Amino acid sequence: MRQTLRSAFKRTTPQLLILAVVLLLNFLVFPDFFSIKFQHGRLFGNLIDVLNRGAPTALLCIGMTLVIATRGIDLSVGAVMAIAGAVAASLVVDGHGWGTALIGALAVGCLCGLWNGVLVAVLRIQPIVATLVLMVAGRGIAQLITEGTILTFVNPGLIQLGAGTVVGIPTPILIWLALGLAVTAVVRRTALGMLIEAIGINEGSSRLAGINSRVLLVCVYLISGFCAALAGVIVAADIKGADANNAGLWLELDAILAVVIGGNSLLGGRFSIIASLLGALIIQSVNSVILLSGMPPEFNLVIKALIIIAILVIQSPTVKHALYIIRASAQPIVPPETPKELKESTQ
Amino acid sequence: MIRTTHLPLAVTVATFLLAYTLCAWQFPAMLSTRVVANLLTDNAFLGITAVGMTFVILSGGIDLSVGSVIAFTGVFLAVILRDTSIHPVVAFALVLLVTVSFGAGMGAIIHYLEMPPFIVTLAGMFLARGAAYVLSTDSVPITHEFYDTLQSLYWKAPGGGRFRLIGGIMILTFVVGAIVAHRTRLGQNIYAIGGGQATARLMGVPLARTTVSIYAISGGLAGLAGIVFSLYTSAGYSLATVGVELDAIAAVVIGGTLLTGGTGFVAGTFFGILIMGLIQTYIVFDGTLSSWWTKIVIGGLLFAFILLQKGLTWATTVRRKPAIDFAAQS
Repeated sequence: MRQTLRSAFKRTTPQLLILAVVLLLNFLVFPDFFSIKFQHGRLFGNLIDVLNRGAPTALLCIGMTLVIATRGIDLSVGAVMAIAGAVAASLVVDGHGWGTALIGALAVGCLCGLWNGVLVAVLRIQPIVATLVLMVAGRGIAQLITEGTILTFVNPGLIQLGAGTVVGIPTPILIWLALGLAVTAVVRRTALGMLIEAIGINEGSSRLAGINSRVLLVCVYLISGFCAALAGVIVAADIKGADANNAGLWLELDAILAVVIGGNSLLGGRFSIIASLLGALIIQSVNSVILLSGMPPEFNLVIKALIIIAILVIQSPTVKHALYIIRASAQPIVPPETPKELKESTQ
Repeated sequence: MIRTTHLPLAVTVATFLLAYTLCAWQFPAMLSTRVVANLLTDNAFLGITAVGMTFVILSGGIDLSVGSVIAFTGVFLAVILRDTSIHPVVAFALVLLVTVSFGAGMGAIIHYLEMPPFIVTLAGMFLARGAAYVLSTDSVPITHEFYDTLQSLYWKAPGGGRFRLIGGIMILTFVVGAIVAHRTRLGQNIYAIGGGQATARLMGVPLARTTVSIYAISGGLAGLAGIVFSLYTSAGYSLATVGVELDAIAAVVIGGTLLTGGTGFVAGTFFGILIMGLIQTYIVFDGTLSSWWTKIVIGGLLFAFILLQKGLTWATTVRRKPAIDFAAQS
């Protein structure tokens, strides 16, 4: 157990360092950043806000990590969020309870995931194309459900999911933490995680090794749809309405970015959900530092883009390789020719 | 017999003709030159963007930044024409220089840092949109007599249709794009990279130069599309053309280009654009359908074309398999 913890810590060190730097920046521009108060029966503070506002991205990147680990990608999560929010809102507006609404929305999310999964695993369509279909059509379907309006609702049970608290902690935080831990436990305590990585590294040989890659792929997209639906319900509950046009808009890109910042390769293989979740928190902390610094909001996107490019460049294979050569040549034991030969042989 | 590589293009053209016939059968007014002229004018900026996207997708990459680049171009032109006395032609040259370098920069990052195009152009999308915000968050109107001159250029066809300059620019872009793709070395190199990067390198294709060129072309064409869009709307707005990259990708796929790269035609994209424009025109003509049906129908069409391509690849591999087996035995 201690071994696992230590290896998990080693794996997430870069993400933890980046997060620490961004949080420090937050602290520098806003000294009260780390203060957390308990008021009106709930926790208040900027740190809590980062955890709370990051919930949709965090939820999405749980499913996205698994999809990317199989060498896939799920572009439809933003649209699935819109559909799930629309379904939940229309069910409560029709007089159903919040439980029915939640189950209905999650079921629809799973259905969307199933559709993507079947396209990818059974019809063998490239993931980026297969999920593009739902990304384009999904918002249209969501608008069809809400009939083009923003469906508002007052159901307290549903609102509790997005804006409420449990023992003082905002519900969305608990939901993404719980789901993240549950999925991590399931894939790491069983062989599932390894099987998913095997598919990502080489699907053909994993099938020859006896892995039922078809079923696993469908499951992975199903989980992604489920996570997206949960995120969609939370976003809808937060604003007490389902906005088919704007709910989860471009969030798929944030989620993919979170997974990449988490150090997971878009080419599949080894993955870490915890690192992805840290990636989501990094993105949210960057948003927060821009807001708190009081810079004109026009600069938000430029700064975010520059920070992201910097993080990606640090993690890019070429820079990693260059760092490796520098480190290797700094050590007198390793002759400097070895890495050069290595480079040539890998090319 | 039609070659299998040409079949997706043939199906796209046939789909367009069939859809147009059905539309015209229901609404005879659809046949008027006005509708045809508007189809070209309204989709001019999307068409120009899609030509660049075709090159990128042919090479097996993707460019998510084009929508933001169009918005940036519009705002850049509007602000420069409002605050300085630079002639629009000079401003056009400036903005094209900026967008070409922007695209080339992304291409260089993709090639030299070995990062996936998806992520690099995603960061580019944020950067270009952010730059547009920094220039202005308001919609800036463009008033310049040169703009009025350009906008008043049109050829009036019999029947009242006005074929405007921007529609002409789009068609010219498609013609030049088709020539570059099928008749130049750069075009062949792009197809080669899309067919397989390792093979292309072994064949002696200059990977670095070609990759940078591809994204520079896409950036430059997005800049041209931005100029056309500013002529179309007479304004620059940083929130304009959100999601155009998706429409462009959809048009390319409906046009029969494989997203894996290596197979496709610039002409197919042209018909992809026309089909998407036709769906919107039909919804306007019908009057009872809501705008969201556009998205659903385009999604459905995407699905249908992907299935068609899948079926074709499957059919060709099955047909070729015995030959491979025979070769393996002998």
